[in-house]
Amino acid sequence: MASVKEMRNRISAVKSTQKITKAMQMVAAAKLRRAQNAAQDSRPYAERMAAVIANLAAGVSGDGAPKLLVGTGASQRHLVVIATSDRGLAGGFNSSIVRAARARIDALLAEGKDVKIMTVGRKARDQLRRLHAQRLVETFEVGGNPSLAVAEEVSAKIQSMFAAGEIDVVTLFFSKFQSVVTQTPTAKQLIPAEVAAGSTPIDLKGASYEYEPDEETILAELLPRNITTQIFSAMLENQAGFFAAQMTAMDNATRNAGDMIASLTLQMNRARQAQITKELIEIISGAEAI
Amino acid sequence: MAEKLHFSLVSPERELFSGPVDQVDAPGSEGDFGVLANHAPFMTALKEGAVRVHNNGTVKVYQVRGGFADVTPEGLTILAEHAVEAA
Repeated sequence: MASVKEMRNRISAVKSTQKITKAMQMVAAAKLRRAQNAAQDSRPYAERMAAVIANLAAGVSGDGAPKLLVGTGASQRHLVVIATSDRGLAGGFNSSIVRAARARIDALLAEGKDVKIMTVGRKARDQLRRLHAQRLVETFEVGGNPSLAVAEEVSAKIQSMFAAGEIDVVTLFFSKFQSVVTQTPTAKQLIPAEVAAGSTPIDLKGASYEYEPDEETILAELLPRNITTQIFSAMLENQAGFFAAQMTAMDNATRNAGDMIASLTLQMNRARQAQITKELIEIISGAEAI
Repeated sequence: MAEKLHFSLVSPERELFSGPVDQVDAPGSEGDFGVLANHAPFMTALKEGAVRVHNNGTVKVYQVRGGFADVTPEGLTILAEHAVEAA
């Protein structure tokens, strides 16, 4: 049995761990609120953008349609963009995104498609580096709060690859923030653009739309922006989900540390009492012998 | 005062303005234009410049870059990549 001194050291070690996890939980809770607001604030833009594109896409078809909307006609070469957080200590948050992405990658490879991987966030890269190193084309880091600048960089890289004819289909993986306890890994197709099926065209009350300069030009400008917006909102959703997952994970860790302290304290007291009893027996039997 | 136009200005980060106004002037790619209530459905790209929001005699100015204006019977929406309220 461990000595009382050793037990005491272990208890103090667990106590300091508990202090750290408790602090991380509180920091995550505070940051969660901010991230949640940021994700919410970005929704109107994304929603309007989707509605406008759906509206425009209905009117544009045939050969004049931009490639970003209708695709290249092939689906041989896939680019999988995986967005996670830069940091860990958030339970299964990053792993579940990567797992969903990996399932898709394996399915695509089984079909004989070419797959390229782009990661946004350090954790995705770390988890895929071993298995798919030769398919990784580029990695980006989120770096603190999600910024539009990073989303633009990612979007520009995707578009230049698409323009160069290196890829046909682009899919984005991220975690959708549903509530503090639920974050769902989600796949979203970026190219060809997924037109929101559920959105009803705006009721024009008999009048017809006028476009300046014209539909194709507007669509051609709008689609690249839409990709940026989708990436940006994925990053924001991730950020909110990350802090929520971290908060839950750290809450569990704090509770586990508490349980551990309780059981260690019990053991320590037992050891101390055994020690005292032993000493008493020694003294008494010593006195009797005289 | 005449009917009000519902105007919203949104950027990727947040919604900067949403509410009824009298008139909005915006820098369209083919020339500046003003929107009043009951404007015909209309969509245009915007060039870099100032969006002026007229309401009850006061004017609010926003600097926008990389945006779109979308006029529907429900109102005017400006989607701007970058938008800041000018002092």
